[in-house]
Amino acid sequence: MYVAVKGGEAAIANAHQLLADRRRGDRSLPAISIDQIVAQLGLAVDRVMAEASLYDRELAALAVRQARGDMIEAIFILRAYRTTLPRFGMSVPVDTAKMKIERRISATYKDLPGGQLLGPTFDYTHRLLDPSLLTDEPVAEPLRRTADENSMMRVSDILAGEGLIEGDGQMPEDHVPGDLTREPLEFPLNRDLRLQALARGDEGFLLALAYSTQRGYARTHPFVGEVRIGEVEVELDIPELGFAVSLGPVQVTECQMVNQFQGSAKNPPQFTRGYGLVFGQSERKAMAMSLVDRALRADEFGEDIVAPAQDEEFVISHSDNVQATGFVEHLKLPHYVDFQAELDLVRRMRAEYDARNGVEKNDTIRDAAE
Amino acid sequence: MDAIKQNTGTAVNGRKRIMGLLARASGEELQTSWLAIEPRPDVHPVRGPETGLVMVRGRIGGGGDPFNLGETTVSRATVRLGSGEIGHGQLLGNDREKARLAAIFDALYQRPEYRSVVDQLIDAVESRIHAEDRKHAEQTAATRVDFFTMVRGDN
Repeated sequence: MYVAVKGGEAAIANAHQLLADRRRGDRSLPAISIDQIVAQLGLAVDRVMAEASLYDRELAALAVRQARGDMIEAIFILRAYRTTLPRFGMSVPVDTAKMKIERRISATYKDLPGGQLLGPTFDYTHRLLDPSLLTDEPVAEPLRRTADENSMMRVSDILAGEGLIEGDGQMPEDHVPGDLTREPLEFPLNRDLRLQALARGDEGFLLALAYSTQRGYARTHPFVGEVRIGEVEVELDIPELGFAVSLGPVQVTECQMVNQFQGSAKNPPQFTRGYGLVFGQSERKAMAMSLVDRALRADEFGEDIVAPAQDEEFVISHSDNVQATGFVEHLKLPHYVDFQAELDLVRRMRAEYDARNGVEKNDTIRDAAE
Repeated sequence: MDAIKQNTGTAVNGRKRIMGLLARASGEELQTSWLAIEPRPDVHPVRGPETGLVMVRGRIGGGGDPFNLGETTVSRATVRLGSGEIGHGQLLGNDREKARLAAIFDALYQRPEYRSVVDQLIDAVESRIHAEDRKHAEQTAATRVDFFTMVRGDN
């Protein structure tokens, strides 16, 4: 028998009011503004943009505030918002070689053209809590030095000169880039679609998979050819005009992972590559993405598929934290009827088991439960 | 024929530059320039202003074939001046009023009598962006590593 149960409305409304109260917190403290979140919690905002797959700092900061700092909740809210907007079109592919560099490092070449630019990095900090941040102490202006005006060549182009590295990824002629926001995923995927999924994938999940490859589960012998962070122009073709115009800059992080490869029947020994590109400043995510991208290309290089990070369906099906949280968290919603059915089943099985083993029935606990 | 082609090419580049810089103008810059125009022409909306999404594409490996990286919010508008010129404004973000004003300036740019007003705005935006970019580039340059090698004695 199915009995519809009502009566949650008042509780839900009151719970949401309580949530609003707890979100605001102590009223004697000033409320945090969206501008402050954008300016001072920028990397949280960047993560929300990257994994929501929507570049908009203001909206991402709003989502962070609304979610009380719960990143996955914020990502969820921003993803939901994007579904309400029409799609105007596809940009001209961004040119990361023309990036306005904010940070650029290479672990493979010390003296590469343009140099090693550390930028605003946590690297080489001591990871000691800084008591000066407990108060609002003034912060000195950064130092300046004459800048090299030329755009910086990508490290992959240096190795390409020697023919010792595979080229940038090419798809078959006439291939239209896949878009997972438009069509459901069908495995096996092409690399373009995989990169789209990885770019919005959960940082923690990709980080763990990347780490697993380093620990020996599908070892790929990686070197950071280059990590670069900076702004690239987004250009859109305007059909009425017949040319592309710039819409403004977005900040991205790019990682070129270079992997030793011993060669196979099909391919000569050379360096192969994994690629990472992420909205905002997030080199951990870009590096993890490039390691997982390379691991997922096992098939292409005739490598044995032995580890989770090489299993495309496993990786891509579980990399989206909005999907994951939806399915895990739905378990807390009412399952009263399903559970009653299961309870009946277990009771019957238990009764049969007890009858077989000659155990006497004890009804008191059961009566209490009902 | 070549001369015509070249002229159209320069015109396209000019308008492309103008539109790209209008996309980078602040709301205040656009508003101030618009209010300073005397007499202000009639402007009729053709499309929008509206906010939507543009799928940003990257390239596999940085220079390979395109893939879809993720979307960005874009606001756009199309306007027509009383005299018939059509202007388009499109820029990152949610600011539809900025998109509308950018469209108006794109239309005004096509009218010789307003060109100097538009140029003035564009030059101001361009020098502001250059100054900001330069500042950032110089701050980044200060974090460049200057390696030096310790010479090791042979004996």
